[in-house]
Amino acid sequence: MAAVEERQAPREPANEAEAMAHRRRMQKVQLGVFLIIVAVLPLVLQAMRPNDYRYYLHILVFIGLNLILATGLNLLMGYAGQVSLGHAAFYGLGAYTSGILTARYGWNPWAAMLAALVLTCFVAWLVGKPALRLKGHYLAMATLGVGIIVAVVIRQWTSLTGGSAGLLQIPSMTLFGFEFKSNMDTHYYYFVWAFVMLLTIIFANLVQSRPGRALRALHDSELAAQTLGVDTAGFKVRAFVVSAAYASIAGTLYAHSSMRFLSPTPFDFHTSIALLVMVVLGGQGTLWGPVVGAVTITFINETLRPYTNYDIVVYGLLLMILMIVMPGGLARGLAALWNWLLDRFSRSSQGEQQ
Amino acid sequence: MFRLNRAMYLVTAVAIMTIGLMALGGCPQQEETADPAPAAVEPVTDGEPIKIGALFAVTGPGSSLGEPERDTAVMLEKYINENGGLDGREVQVIVRDTKGLETDALTAARELVEKENVLAIIGPSRSGTTLAVVDYVEQAEVALISCAAARAITDPVKKWVFQVAPGDADAVQRIYTYMGEEGISRVALLTESSGYGIEGLKQLQEQASAHSIEIVATEEYADTDTDMTTQLTRIAGTDAQAVVCWGIGKAPALVARGMGTLNMQIPLFQSSGVANARFIEAAGEHADGVIMPAAKLIVLDQLPEDEPQLAELQRYHEMFVAEYEREPDHYGGHAWDALHIVVNAIERAGVDADRTAIRDAIEGTEGFVGMGGIFTYGADNHYGLSPDSFAMVTIENGEWKLIE
Repeated sequence: MAAVEERQAPREPANEAEAMAHRRRMQKVQLGVFLIIVAVLPLVLQAMRPNDYRYYLHILVFIGLNLILATGLNLLMGYAGQVSLGHAAFYGLGAYTSGILTARYGWNPWAAMLAALVLTCFVAWLVGKPALRLKGHYLAMATLGVGIIVAVVIRQWTSLTGGSAGLLQIPSMTLFGFEFKSNMDTHYYYFVWAFVMLLTIIFANLVQSRPGRALRALHDSELAAQTLGVDTAGFKVRAFVVSAAYASIAGTLYAHSSMRFLSPTPFDFHTSIALLVMVVLGGQGTLWGPVVGAVTITFINETLRPYTNYDIVVYGLLLMILMIVMPGGLARGLAALWNWLLDRFSRSSQGEQQ
Repeated sequence: MFRLNRAMYLVTAVAIMTIGLMALGGCPQQEETADPAPAAVEPVTDGEPIKIGALFAVTGPGSSLGEPERDTAVMLEKYINENGGLDGREVQVIVRDTKGLETDALTAARELVEKENVLAIIGPSRSGTTLAVVDYVEQAEVALISCAAARAITDPVKKWVFQVAPGDADAVQRIYTYMGEEGISRVALLTESSGYGIEGLKQLQEQASAHSIEIVATEEYADTDTDMTTQLTRIAGTDAQAVVCWGIGKAPALVARGMGTLNMQIPLFQSSGVANARFIEAAGEHADGVIMPAAKLIVLDQLPEDEPQLAELQRYHEMFVAEYEREPDHYGGHAWDALHIVVNAIERAGVDADRTAIRDAIEGTEGFVGMGGIFTYGADNHYGLSPDSFAMVTIENGEWKLIE
């Protein structure tokens, strides 16, 4: 609810435009810093950990995929205010469409990516059109149903998907004749993170645009948005389709990652929930929330892996603590913490001067 | 902005610091070796430990496989080190949980190879997670001995991938051979629509003609089904002399119950996937008379004196019961076999051998007597077992009974 308070905080109307411009400038700076970090991270890792930096790059590739998924879901949850419990379905659709077209029919991975994108968007539109007329629990149930249907289809349509045994021998991604082989971690890292950057920038622009503002109005009060002439149903469906498109791209990138193997498990209910956690923990309705969420969750998972039996307990505890002390999400919480520290620091230094 | 009080910030700070510390601390070496029996393992000498990676589904849906595998590997690690290690060097088995998830398995495999620098990997427990790491170990050039049963793992042969779990093809062959001896030639199939069931169905259909078996009915069920009466009634209407059910989990027990309720007199054959105590529990009195191929460990006390695996099976059983005070199962047996094959290979190749030399030594494994059977690998055979690694067993008054 912190988001609502923040947005509704009374401001001088004259300063509103200025504040907005300031926020946009800040966002550009933030995106620039993010881009630089993404660009130099492999070099830093390589210098710091020459022996096992490729392992970290591999994890970063998966963080990137989660980030694309979480950003898409954030548009739907944080801006359009709609809950999706079946987002892994679109991830799976993207992955399996790409995987099947390239491995079974010899398509070019790029053509397959496009085909996956079109198919996923179409399915999302087909599902979203009636489902988004539902609200609250009913919508959640409908998306849950979609997730289950896709998971069952992937598992049971064995002649096409390979079922539980999986789909093998998916070819690598190529770019201008260059092949991203599974052992080229640095290349694939840049490839995936180029997508992450592109999709994050598109997202940042989208939410600042008129449709973005319409979505936020919708998030706060659907009724109020309607009275202002916002086509709420239309915007909800569009947000749903865009968020599915993000998932589809992540799916394609997953299919052609170093695993080159697809099986149904990564696309079941479990993943939908993990994505939900990333968005909520990171802070829905913020640009950086999904980034913080995806990084934190993946990081916690990796760090806790050696503690086999206790990791789930620690994971749960961390989630509880974080949600209690930072209900608005980590992105907001850390910003607040930072401001509070700055505030304390300036106050104490003032105290010394007096 | 929203307000938070100081105490809350303190809690958050502590939480964040905990994560940070865990990250900096890296993996706690004692944690994984000490669990579940926290006996301090003294390093045998000052020499570099010999590191072997292990990927098991310790938690998640495959935990009934991963837990005994982990326990067995930890027990063996302790045993080897208490007995002087390998040529005086400590053996370290680094276990990582795959949770039965493909992405986790791949990430963990990379951690073992690139961060921990292991010489070889045993596991993963399940077929999906194994296939997810196959491509990686092939290009990273690390030997992997999978504990999963799918044929696709070592067929076609992959240079760095081996297998210790007896496969469905052998189990099917064992059943059909037994049927031939008993004069059964017309069978009805009732298989699960899961990966396991589909693989089994394929084998059952492919091998039928070679054994002069006629399949008179083919029925399917979903692993979540709670009633098989429809399919069984259809089968009862045919002239089948036996029913073969292929599935894992609860459903095969429901098939046994269903046949009992419908009073079907023909024998029921099950896959080796249900050869565990849970099947008897779930099928109750209807478990009696069910025939299946099973790992020999389950009928240890009935094996004949001249059984070549007998001494080794007894050794594992004794060791496991002494350590954990419960019965071992064939999943743990896979970990026993995989770890032994790796350790023996290192012994033969020398403790300073590199990954390539160890792989070559694994491929050279010949006549290793393990839990799953007697293993002989070769350049064109990374599966290593023969159909007689299975025993044919039945259930009598809720107890396992060896047939042959």
